[in-house]
Amino acid sequence: MGSPVSSAPVTREGVRDGVGADVLRPDGIPKVQGRFGFSSDLFAEGMLWGRTLRSPHPAARIRSIDTSAAEQIAGVQVVVTAADVPGKATYGLEHDDQPVFAADVIRYQGEPVAAVAADHPEVAWRAVQAIEVDYEPVDPLIDSEVAIDAEPIHPDGNVFRHLRIVHGHPDATADVIVEGSYEVGMQDQAFMGPESGMAIPDGDGGVDLYISTQWLHVDRDQVAACLGLDPAQVRLTLAGVGGAFGAREDVSLQVHVCLLALRTGRPVKMIYSREESFYGHVHRHPARMHYRHHADRDGTLVKVEARIVLDGGAYASSSTAVIANACAFAAGPYRVPHVYVEGWAVRTNNPPCGAMRGFGAVQSCFAHEAQMDKLAAALDMDPVDLRLHNALAPGDTLPTGQVITGTAPVRECIQAAMRHPLPDDVDGDPLQFPGGTGRTADREHIRRGVGFAVGFKNLMFSEGFDDYSTAAVRVERGPDGKPTATVHCAAAELGQGFVTLAQQIVRTELGVTRVQLRPADTAVGSAGSSSASRQTWMSGGAVKAACEDVRERLLERVAQQRGIEVRGARREVLELRHGVIEHVDAGWTVSLTDALADGPVEQTHEYHHPKTHPLDRDGQGDAHVSFVFAAHRAVVDVDSELGLVRVRQISTGQDVGKALNPLQVVGQIEGGIAQGVGLAVMEEIVVDGGRILNPSFTDYLIPTALDMPEVVATLIEQPEPGAPFGAKGVGEPPTISSTPAVMSAIRAATGLDLTRVPIRPDDLALAPDRD
Amino acid sequence: MEDQSVTYGLRINDRDHGVQAGWLGESLLYVLRERLGLPGAKNACEQGECGSCSVLLDGVLVCSCCVLAADAVGSDIRTVEGLGDPDTLTDVQQAFLDEGAVQCGFCTPGLVVTLHDLLEHRPDADELAVREAISGNLCRCTGYGRIFAAVAAVQRQRAQARDGVSGV
Repeated sequence: MGSPVSSAPVTREGVRDGVGADVLRPDGIPKVQGRFGFSSDLFAEGMLWGRTLRSPHPAARIRSIDTSAAEQIAGVQVVVTAADVPGKATYGLEHDDQPVFAADVIRYQGEPVAAVAADHPEVAWRAVQAIEVDYEPVDPLIDSEVAIDAEPIHPDGNVFRHLRIVHGHPDATADVIVEGSYEVGMQDQAFMGPESGMAIPDGDGGVDLYISTQWLHVDRDQVAACLGLDPAQVRLTLAGVGGAFGAREDVSLQVHVCLLALRTGRPVKMIYSREESFYGHVHRHPARMHYRHHADRDGTLVKVEARIVLDGGAYASSSTAVIANACAFAAGPYRVPHVYVEGWAVRTNNPPCGAMRGFGAVQSCFAHEAQMDKLAAALDMDPVDLRLHNALAPGDTLPTGQVITGTAPVRECIQAAMRHPLPDDVDGDPLQFPGGTGRTADREHIRRGVGFAVGFKNLMFSEGFDDYSTAAVRVERGPDGKPTATVHCAAAELGQGFVTLAQQIVRTELGVTRVQLRPADTAVGSAGSSSASRQTWMSGGAVKAACEDVRERLLERVAQQRGIEVRGARREVLELRHGVIEHVDAGWTVSLTDALADGPVEQTHEYHHPKTHPLDRDGQGDAHVSFVFAAHRAVVDVDSELGLVRVRQISTGQDVGKALNPLQVVGQIEGGIAQGVGLAVMEEIVVDGGRILNPSFTDYLIPTALDMPEVVATLIEQPEPGAPFGAKGVGEPPTISSTPAVMSAIRAATGLDLTRVPIRPDDLALAPDRD
Repeated sequence: MEDQSVTYGLRINDRDHGVQAGWLGESLLYVLRERLGLPGAKNACEQGECGSCSVLLDGVLVCSCCVLAADAVGSDIRTVEGLGDPDTLTDVQQAFLDEGAVQCGFCTPGLVVTLHDLLEHRPDADELAVREAISGNLCRCTGYGRIFAAVAAVQRQRAQARDGVSGV
């Protein structure tokens, strides 16, 4: 137990543009000028354009592939199929079950069958059309529940993972029981910058790949294996990334573009169209969930039972970790002594699913928060009071048996979200009404609703994974003689602002104002993935640790120069502060500039987070390093007759540990809420019979500036023990509980029992029990 | 390619550019990005939904993915590269930086062009009008909050400059 608040000083005073300040992005100027080089902007003399042929069927056998007509088109340089893959035929993040190209079996609509390289994108497109594939369509397996026991559609079986979390007594029950079934539709990450990259053969059998990705090193390893090359022959450099949100964790075009480049001996560029992007990356898992909550009459939670089935689509991707999260966080951020959760992630012929912001916690949060509202109604209790009554706190035990040893400001998040003023009444410009520019809603029919939700998830990789990041920091005299620091770290900058944090950390640690960043590439060790809200902690930790190593070397150098005994006493007598090395007792100082006269100092540090453990047979174990929490209050206006919803305001309290760059934190909160609101009221990849019906921004809607509600946020700062600077990752929590808060508000406005997201106009307008 | 190829000139950012032997079907977006070395306009949907490719064509805001390049002959084209210059940011660009409106930055050039257009024609647009004006520019990172803040900052600065009041 004890206080969750660390008293450690986490910032050093007086550092300009250091940790804790609203420092501006180093890549901001080229980005506002249109000069920033995204992966789709790459150009090389003599480059070719690659394009992929994809299956129109969700399930089929391939009888034959005839590429001869395509090869004869003027301007086509090469056509490749599965037969041309020189190395391993399959790849995958956790299980290598996905073919580079389908050879004989098609398992999802959009599965790659062949690729071409041509001297113009239009020629490449025509060549793809000219490839003749003789398919024998078969009935697709599209029902995730059926898939569990159905005939396997892959040699590795249909169940990616089945797990149970059993905690407390299985027969426990209580006076009040509420039960419900819930569904989450398939959400797309819908990053703006399409999948793209360029491969350049090195003339010696190897290849350089410039690519937008979340994790350069796992891409490299998968590409090298499929190409039959040594990893050292495949060098990756991060090209500008136009957002990711989980969709760039898996390989998309990486192997294809490298193969085309090696076969033609020329640079090859690929850019997916928006339609192809919908087929070319994994999505958020659709979920079916059944829940039963047991509580005492005073609102104390006694037991939570849940059954969760995630549709992983055709290939494994990160499904095994997503279902683990959905189950581990299935009961929500509450104290629950008895828990029984059973979860499956299964293979179907639907589009493959994997990582998306919130990673499993999003799905179960929608269900557990609907249940909490239902329970509050059954208890005739205020739903916020019910949550406060059961809120997790430090020292509590999670359903996995893990005790929370870090911060857990659940109550503070809830209270902060409730404290913000409510928005003005429905009034004024009809643009603000449900329906917006359609100006269709009628003031008389608009009802307002307020809803609430709380959520949480883990930070960083879990279940025993050896998670680490590497950073190299070099300090030297710049061309003008002044100290300059250079950071080399492979952490993928996706827009989240790690590049800013890296500079802030170096300034704080070393007092060097001028901090340069080398391009992220595979010439330095792995930084791990830019996912799981992990880079602030992991790569931030690596940069900080590398700075500490540099500082040690600098102090040793000065100690030697001044004839001070290096061993033992050094730490006590010499200090580096604000770019000056100072002898604490004698008072003399050496500027960093002078200390660097003998040449640069460079140190590389591999930073590991504390060891975690796999979940056992009962889903028990210290699987996680740290947890992050947020609460959301949503205010909506609904015209039930038309089925239209306008989200007016989202108020949030979010656990951030310590905000290293408050401006960037607010950007993460607002952006994450936009995606959570999108899942509640508009975003779904509509899949029918295994086929995507809306693979475009015309038909897959994401929130526009008119859809976006006002956001009011309070950052809850309780430095996390063990975290560099006390900071927690902040990217995912805004997306987790904003969706259920909006749904709770719509239920409050309509009185309907809405159990599926996203909500559709018919769910409201055509509901049998509509008021 | 057997298709008809065409050679023509385009006037972009007050400079003349030649397009040699281009395919007639190429969009203005493609020609800007792949033939003329002006990649500021972005390709996120290529069907006029996302606004990432916004440019001004004779002063009218258009999605350059939906304009045939050869159809733009004789027009005055302005892209993000033609706003400000490498050493001087426009007030809109500066406000995007200062207010934290840039994350991945893919939508940013299109938004910068759109907002220059809006604030030139409707300098006093209220927040709802701003929201409506940029509702054709999709952003997936920011949730638009910092973008609204950037617009408000520009409006404040321009109003102060116009009224001869020095900034606070």
